Amino acid sequence: MSELIVFPAIDLRAIAPALVLTVTGLVILLLDLLPPANRKEHLGFIGLAGVVASLVITLSLWGSDLRAFRGMVVLDSYALFFNLPIGYATGLVLLLSLDYLRRYGIEAGEFYILVLFAAVGMMLMASAGDLIMVFLGLETMSLALYVMTGFFRNRIESGEASMKYFLLGAFASGFFIYGISLIFGATGTTNLEKIAAAITAGAGRDPLLVIGFGLLFVGFGFKIASVPFHMWASDVYEGAPTSVTAFIATGSKAAAFAALLRVLLSAFKAAPADWTMLLWVLAVLSMTLGNVVAIAQQNLKRMLAYSSIAHVGYMLVGVVAGGAFGSASVLFYVLVYTFTTAGAFGVILLLERNGQEAVRLEDFGGLATRHPLMALTLSIFLLSLIGIPPTAGFVGKFYLFGAAVRAGYIWLAVLGVLNSAIAAYYYLRLIVFMYMREPDGPPTVLVPSVSGCLALLVALWGVVQLGILPAPLFDLAQSAVLPLVR
Amino acid sequence: MILSLVTFLPVLGAVLLCAIPRARESSVKATALVTTIVTFAVSLPLFLRFDLSVVDYQFVEQRAWMPSFGVSYHLGIDGISLLLVMLTTFLMPLVLLSSWHAIEARWKEFAVTMLLLETGMVGVFLALDLFLFYIFWEAMLIPMYLIIGIWGGPSRVYAAVKFILYTLGGSLLMLVAILALYFQHGAATGTYTFDVPVLAQFVLPAGLGQNLLFLAFALAFAIKVPMFPFHTWLPDAHTEAPTAGSVILAGVLLKMGTYGFLRFCLPLFPHASLTFAPWMFALAVIGIIYGAWVSTVQADLKRLVAYSSVSHLGFVVLGLFTLTPQGLVGGLIQMISHGLSTGALFLMVGMIYERRHTRLISEFGGLWAVMPAFSALFLIVSLSSLALPGLNGFVGEFLILLGTFQVHRLAAALATTGIIFAAVYILWMYQRVALGPITNEANRRLQDLSGREWAVLLPVLLFIFWIGIHPATFTGRTEASVQGLITQVQVKAGATAALLAK
Repeated sequence: MSELIVFPAIDLRAIAPALVLTVTGLVILLLDLLPPANRKEHLGFIGLAGVVASLVITLSLWGSDLRAFRGMVVLDSYALFFNLPIGYATGLVLLLSLDYLRRYGIEAGEFYILVLFAAVGMMLMASAGDLIMVFLGLETMSLALYVMTGFFRNRIESGEASMKYFLLGAFASGFFIYGISLIFGATGTTNLEKIAAAITAGAGRDPLLVIGFGLLFVGFGFKIASVPFHMWASDVYEGAPTSVTAFIATGSKAAAFAALLRVLLSAFKAAPADWTMLLWVLAVLSMTLGNVVAIAQQNLKRMLAYSSIAHVGYMLVGVVAGGAFGSASVLFYVLVYTFTTAGAFGVILLLERNGQEAVRLEDFGGLATRHPLMALTLSIFLLSLIGIPPTAGFVGKFYLFGAAVRAGYIWLAVLGVLNSAIAAYYYLRLIVFMYMREPDGPPTVLVPSVSGCLALLVALWGVVQLGILPAPLFDLAQSAVLPLVR
Repeated sequence: MILSLVTFLPVLGAVLLCAIPRARESSVKATALVTTIVTFAVSLPLFLRFDLSVVDYQFVEQRAWMPSFGVSYHLGIDGISLLLVMLTTFLMPLVLLSSWHAIEARWKEFAVTMLLLETGMVGVFLALDLFLFYIFWEAMLIPMYLIIGIWGGPSRVYAAVKFILYTLGGSLLMLVAILALYFQHGAATGTYTFDVPVLAQFVLPAGLGQNLLFLAFALAFAIKVPMFPFHTWLPDAHTEAPTAGSVILAGVLLKMGTYGFLRFCLPLFPHASLTFAPWMFALAVIGIIYGAWVSTVQADLKRLVAYSSVSHLGFVVLGLFTLTPQGLVGGLIQMISHGLSTGALFLMVGMIYERRHTRLISEFGGLWAVMPAFSALFLIVSLSSLALPGLNGFVGEFLILLGTFQVHRLAAALATTGIIFAAVYILWMYQRVALGPITNEANRRLQDLSGREWAVLLPVLLFIFWIGIHPATFTGRTEASVQGLITQVQVKAGATAALLAK
């Protein structure tokens, strides 16, 4: 009897980095049932081992171009490059969470599993060759993040954040999947390369396609938190446990940019409708609104939320510039932003005042006298966020605005640097508090945490290394996007 | 190697300082001081072995850094940067010595910040790659910001934030201009590079593009100088900064602006420089007169000296844009002279501030009776600041006026009045502080200069006289490069005009 169902040959290497994380997650799921019931730290370390293995596999597969599941998954240099920020973000979040969760009495094996599954979704988004795959990755990631956001079960803000994130996220997913269906209606396929072929063949004028792409962008805009889809960001960033906030700010953003850029570069490169105009406007709005509103924030997590909106604006500048250089600058900036932001949230998470997390500006008054090393570390991350050399943030912005200038968007670059000057004000204000104010009120204490300090060291290494020797990684980013822009 | 050594020795010292425990304050101070002295000693061969006849850069170091992006680690020195580098390494030990007791808290952090600042400043003057230059230029803001903000006066935070936002705002636009120049050069020639000597060969088409690039660079430099009307950050920063900060700010940081005009604006955008020269003259002359007038009515000694800087640096800008050998050499000498005289003025104001904890002129009077040595040195420094012949200030301003007279007589005539006003505000201030009877009882028991203070002031005085009496030691080292620069600008401006005529 001939086979009724033909299984295509599947090259599992194409999903190997994500697969490792999945298996690790399942193993933790099992181990979680075993004693000890009150300590779950070892599970975090197992997760960390999985992340390291996944990064090692990513590096060992470097340069390969694998396809599997009928083109649903494409593991090329581009996807592998995005595995770096996603992998580092996951690792840093695990390290930061280890002591943090126990400190606030919410340690649970599920948390580590959710982190890993979210990372799986992110990696699949980066290597998606099909809109359906993008959606699956997006949902895997988002569902895990919704739960993690509400992990402070007994805090009302955390519940509010989770609910808000979930409701708005579900809406965005609805737009996204509706967009996919319209695109399918216009082109008859959801595969990115086939969409490109259909557009070249003449489907580009179909209004269905234009509307479909618009809806798709609403979904992406929500995930990267660009204006006007940013409303959720400040509340979710504030309410979520800080390590989760760091994950939302870095990993989910990296994944969304990975998918967005791939969709733009491969499927829509031939589209006659000019989407750069749209992105241009969104970039300016995101930068300006993010920075201006951040000035008014007294809560550090909210401030960093608005700052992250502004940084999305900067990255969109690179997307607008396009080409190998512009796209590579976005890839590079995603990596820089991952280290910087994870580091900044890491410092906040390790400081405590009155048994509460130090999230208000006043909590940082005179920090430099009490904890000079922490103040210095946070200052370096803040300088990187402003873009002061020799930190990575400077080089990242240099590439982004360089790409804009090269592509002829000089005014966009000018608006970008003016925004950087505005941003300098509120980042420096924190440095003012740390270095130029005397401590008053109850002292802000540093929570001793070996894993937390290790995370800060890794982030610091990233910020300094990418700031002083950016060339190798940027060349890597450029070679990663070359096959897509050709 | 010697240039890298001069640039990064202070960083090495800073790292060393971090290893010394805070409690051992005397070894912290000694290490910092020795680091700056060694740095000065290492930089001396630059001056002594400098080849006077060479137009090009000397002691050049070049290594690939980001080859795919055309960025290289490129250092070099010529007649334009030589004296400024020497001024920086010379002032640093004096400044640290002057802070011996003036900085009361966190001396170790202070020393580390100062040393990092020195690396930034020296790097700015030595970098011959625009990317590298920009890194030093920006990186140096942070230590200065901390020095004003942590060790400054009562409204130090306001002054520090104002300082950094002003300078950051200006220099970020320069970043866009740097990128635009880079890509324009790359598109036209096929080689993408940030190398300054290579870019200087490139003839940009005249017109809006070149003018905008010039304006973006000029804005960054004009804020730093500071030229009227971009000067408002200066009085606040100077007044609030500790003495060491004021001296470095006046002595070195302001010179980065004028150096930038000379090193980048003139050779990179010669046509635009000539187009905008009348405007620069106008702003410079306004700065000279306005700075002098506002100085006259200041009640606070530091504010008075700060506004006098606006006036003195107006002369420098005036000289640079004449594009005459006298104007440029005069400008360079005036940069050094201003660094020495104004630096010394700030040092001496700091000395009486340490004794009386006030800087109000009305609080003093008749100091000569109790502090004769101080008053005598203060007189010499004041006279050097108002350009008395025989002292350093005269050489620069005379040459500048000589150069300006050939190009623009009205500007020269108006600028000359600035020297008269300078005599008014300096002498009137000196009279109220040092002459007459003692009017305030608190001044009756003031101590005269200590040994440490003599050690701070004597080296400065040596150069005040040296430049005044035998300027050729210094002008000689600048002339070849200045002549080379002028030729280059004229040739390039001619080539641009030829392009335009086509």
